[in-house]
Amino acid sequence: MTSLAHKPAISLSRIAIYAVLIIAVLLYLVPLVVMLLTSFKSPEDISTGNLLSWPTVITDIGWVKAWATVNGYFWNSIKITVPAVLISTAIGALNGYVLSMWRFRGSQLFFGLLLFGCFLPFQTVLLPASFTLGKMGLASTTTGLVFVHIVYGLAFTTLFFRNYYVSIPDALVKAARLDGAGFFTIFRLIILPMSTPIIMVCLIWQFTQIWNDFLFGVVFSSGDSQPITVALNNLVNTSTGVKEYNVDMAAAMIAGLPTLLVYVVAGKYFVRGLTAGAVKG
Amino acid sequence: MATLELRNVNKTYGAGLPDTLKNIELSISDGEFLILVGPSGCGKSTLMNCIAGLENITGGAIMIDDQDVSGMSPKDRDIAMVFQSYALYPTMSVRENIEFGLKIRKMAQSAIDEEVARVAKLLQIEHLLNRKPGQLSGGQQQRVAMGRALARRPKIYLFDEPLSNLDAKLRVEMRTEMKLMHQRLKTTTVYVTHDQIEAMTLGDKVAVMKDGIIQQFGTPKQIYNDPANLFVASFIGSPPMNFIPLRLQRKDGRLVALLDSGQARCELPLGVTDAGLEDREIILGMRPEQISLMQGEPNGLPNIRAEVQVTEPTGPDTLVFVNLNGTKVCCRLAPDVAPQVGETLTLQFDPAKVLLFDAQTGERLGVVAKPQAQVHSDNVAQFKGR
Repeated sequence: MTSLAHKPAISLSRIAIYAVLIIAVLLYLVPLVVMLLTSFKSPEDISTGNLLSWPTVITDIGWVKAWATVNGYFWNSIKITVPAVLISTAIGALNGYVLSMWRFRGSQLFFGLLLFGCFLPFQTVLLPASFTLGKMGLASTTTGLVFVHIVYGLAFTTLFFRNYYVSIPDALVKAARLDGAGFFTIFRLIILPMSTPIIMVCLIWQFTQIWNDFLFGVVFSSGDSQPITVALNNLVNTSTGVKEYNVDMAAAMIAGLPTLLVYVVAGKYFVRGLTAGAVKG
Repeated sequence: MATLELRNVNKTYGAGLPDTLKNIELSISDGEFLILVGPSGCGKSTLMNCIAGLENITGGAIMIDDQDVSGMSPKDRDIAMVFQSYALYPTMSVRENIEFGLKIRKMAQSAIDEEVARVAKLLQIEHLLNRKPGQLSGGQQQRVAMGRALARRPKIYLFDEPLSNLDAKLRVEMRTEMKLMHQRLKTTTVYVTHDQIEAMTLGDKVAVMKDGIIQQFGTPKQIYNDPANLFVASFIGSPPMNFIPLRLQRKDGRLVALLDSGQARCELPLGVTDAGLEDREIILGMRPEQISLMQGEPNGLPNIRAEVQVTEPTGPDTLVFVNLNGTKVCCRLAPDVAPQVGETLTLQFDPAKVLLFDAQTGERLGVVAKPQAQVHSDNVAQFKGR
């Protein structure tokens, strides 16, 4: 690219473009900066300084206290998110495989109905879900919450995998069938190894959705089994005592870190996977 | 090594929909090379998928070695297939691609290695074994796809337009190579193509299909010289057969076809005497190579003078287009004939090779091909336009 540029790289329009981009970046970064600064401030700094002022002393008391408060819930969230993400992704992959390569009578209709699940707001399923969980004896348990997340996530994961697999030529499956491979062998040995980008997309999507979920967490769990989002809310919304903004900010950072980490690690697959099939190659 | 027989095979995708395959009857013996040829959508690929077991038939029976396999799953039919898109497993190396079917069938690793080595040597892909399909050229991928089929040593090979994704030069090379391979291995093969040259050159038997019906089943020679109907006659042959619509007339007790080039007219005596053909709209079929340039004195064959409309020198031949009975007619002449547009040539025909078709149904009429011993100038009336 650079070798093609014969003229000086800097022109007026370039400057304008960069200026806009830099302003956008700053706007997006300000909240993060405020959070980070505040989380490392002492309570005195918070009460005397303003939002953007530099801390006079950098202290980790906010982080220590925040971790002490939410760490149990952090592990709750992991216990909820990891199985829910893995199971919903696995079932979604299998669903997508069937709906694209082993079509049956009415499979298009089935897929169409399944897609409705993507447009259902959380609130509409609260009552039926809690009723069902009650009948199953899973009310207010981690298992129950995981179950709700898996069911709700299936519509999305199936959609992702089905649309990815539709672009894989049928002849591959035919060839494998003639080679003697069965339904699961083809899935395991031929289809899954081709699915890395879409698996990554699914994992990121589901992880973000389930980790950040508040509503299902607050409704379908109680007491010590609540996820970190609910715990964070309880912490920040306390109406007694002095507001400890440094603790609030640190706790919010802790709650947000895992999704950030997932993006950093698998993010390159996210864009690649979402645009897969849009452009060949 | 196997025989293949299709007994009254039918296929439809649901009640009310038109049949995709209608009463398909054909059989080939051990080691024969069968070509299924026809235009897109004629059902040839569906028929192949049915033989492979990838699609179920709705009626009839598919017999391999006299055993009905219609209800069997693809893996139990012992068939290998090469796909148009090659369908190589993209995440596996060439070696793994070839091994896959053998591993699934739980062959011992030492036997697998031996088989891969044999196939790789046969197809000259030894140096590619560790590459992924994405790193191969189209021709190399094609070889690997064939290798995957060869490795299993199945009873029957199925080829679904395997050469159509290659460029023209490679296609001709691979065609010859496939023929060599078949001569060496002598495995029963079914080969789908829409390319009539592949059909003519590769096949022991050819089945020409249209609209799910086999129009004709025979040797390439039969199909070419003795087509069953207008469709087969027009589909096979390049450049295609000329079709001239006209009415037959009776002259001195025999049927004649009257050709008119605008400059001259000529009567083509036909070997048929069938009274039913008289005074009826028919189509006269004549292959381009059956029209030749008259050199020197008339030799007894009917001839006509005609004006050259277009010439197409192809190298080995010169294709000359003239107008007969208002129809553009292609003549395949020697390459050293280089007529100018507008020039008048004297062309002659062999009436014994002329074919007749019903103008309405397209069916072949009367067998004309019997050469008449006394086609002499005494009963060949010649009109030279004055």
